[in-house]
Amino acid sequence: MDTNILFIFILAVFVGFEVISKVPSMLHTPLMSGTNAIHGIILFGGILVLADADTPLKQALGFVAVVFGAANVFGGFMVTDRMLQMFKKKKK
Amino acid sequence: MSSFIALIFIGVAVLFILGIKFLSSPKTARAGNLVAAAGMFVALLALHKTTGESVWTQGWNLNYTLIAVGTVIGLILGAVGAYSVKMTAMPQMVAAFNGLGGGAAALVASLEFLRHARDAEAVAVAVTIPMLFATLIGSLSFSGSAIAYLKLEGKFEKPHTFPGQNFLNGLILLVILGLCGWLTINATGGSAVNGFIVMFCLALFFGIAMVMPIGGADMPVVISLLNSFTGLAVAADGFAINNLAMIVAGTLVGSSGTLLTLLMCKAMNRPVTNVLFGAFGSSAGSQAAAGGVAGTVKPIQADEAAVLLSYASQVVIVPGYGMAVAQAQHAVRELSDELGKRGVEVRFAIHPVAGRMPGHMNVLLAEANVPYDQLCEMEAINPTMDRVDVCLVIGANDVVNPAAREEKSSPIYGMPIIEADHAKTVIVMKRSMAAGFAGIENLLFYKDNTRMLFGDAKASLNALVAAVKAS
Repeated sequence: MDTNILFIFILAVFVGFEVISKVPSMLHTPLMSGTNAIHGIILFGGILVLADADTPLKQALGFVAVVFGAANVFGGFMVTDRMLQMFKKKKK
Repeated sequence: MSSFIALIFIGVAVLFILGIKFLSSPKTARAGNLVAAAGMFVALLALHKTTGESVWTQGWNLNYTLIAVGTVIGLILGAVGAYSVKMTAMPQMVAAFNGLGGGAAALVASLEFLRHARDAEAVAVAVTIPMLFATLIGSLSFSGSAIAYLKLEGKFEKPHTFPGQNFLNGLILLVILGLCGWLTINATGGSAVNGFIVMFCLALFFGIAMVMPIGGADMPVVISLLNSFTGLAVAADGFAINNLAMIVAGTLVGSSGTLLTLLMCKAMNRPVTNVLFGAFGSSAGSQAAAGGVAGTVKPIQADEAAVLLSYASQVVIVPGYGMAVAQAQHAVRELSDELGKRGVEVRFAIHPVAGRMPGHMNVLLAEANVPYDQLCEMEAINPTMDRVDVCLVIGANDVVNPAAREEKSSPIYGMPIIEADHAKTVIVMKRSMAAGFAGIENLLFYKDNTRMLFGDAKASLNALVAAVKAS
């Protein structure tokens, strides 16, 4: 394995911890929902395996993966936005 | 990978990190979500195969039609779910999206593994291990999230336990890990395919077996944990198919989700192992409830409560999940506005685990147009509690129970609470004298300065608003 990739992985672990530790608890629910949307990037994994599928079984499984991934990424960002648009300051 | 694609992925990683960083302040949170979504879009344009060629430059075929149709179906499912869900049902929605992501991660890894196994293609251990890891964690997250969803919907929300359960679960996990070890060495051929299918099914079953013994009230912790699991599965998929954006995105979610899970457990003063393997509330809670409490309960009527509130100078409202269940958020905001007009300073005290997820209560109140600068965190409000004239507790229970401070034998002893009892007068709005989810008596109800306003939270609040307007 390319050790550069491992290096990036380790750095990402620390960045994830550092960035999150500063979030106030009032934003934890949108945060959980927002990070949930980010792992929807698995949609691209689904697209990649489906693009190369050469049997009906692989096409079927790849298709399910794409549907699941798309629901995760689109639904995740939309529901997070719906929550966050309600965080408003008092109108003066 | 060409250096152009590498540059784009650096940009994508920066967008994801900035997005999460912007989510850390209410002012920039919405922008943060959009920044992360933009990162996703850029990553899509730069999508490339393991060989380095772009996905978008090869000829159109049936597979691309399937990709387009599948994406549109997923988009519609996601949009309908996201815009139709009630704010009180938000934890279920997150569980559902998370489960779908986990399922997708498991399927992607499975297809990669089966392709290598069938083609009898020599494959490096550094690729096999991430594939097996993603399959195991992804399918576990899928079935576990499904059970969490059902429990939050009120289906079999009680912990399901039997003697030797932890032992049996441990045994299943050992078998799964053994199979994975064997598959790492024998990654090709028909027996590898069979072994892989058995492992996949066992992992699905293990997800169910792991979540079933955990009570409905602990589901937010479980969802947060499974969220980080899915992130790790996605990162492992990234290793298997050599996609840097998936590695970075998945890892960020994995580490942040782990931290969030620990923060949630800390707010409840319970180690994460106790949540996952403790089957909370089954025995310890009910024993403590048996001990009697000294003191009497003093009821109050809405009219009298309204007078106390109107002539106070400082009021703190402590909302709990009971308020959300009664759909009383708007009535609460009306009361707070009405008091504000009379010059009363009204603040909301939000316990870290109020509602069903950390921050859930903030979302519910924000939906009712309560400005977020009126919402105070527990640490900020407790030192000022002595100067508060009236503390109004609406549908909250365990998070204001002084037993956490006073009773060493209590199961919630040591849990940080909102010190409602330090206010000059406490008014507790409650349907009945039933215990909270921890199943223990609330000492607050018996304090000398506490008055109980019994009834449905929404009806009581409407009565309060009317009485305040009239006074």
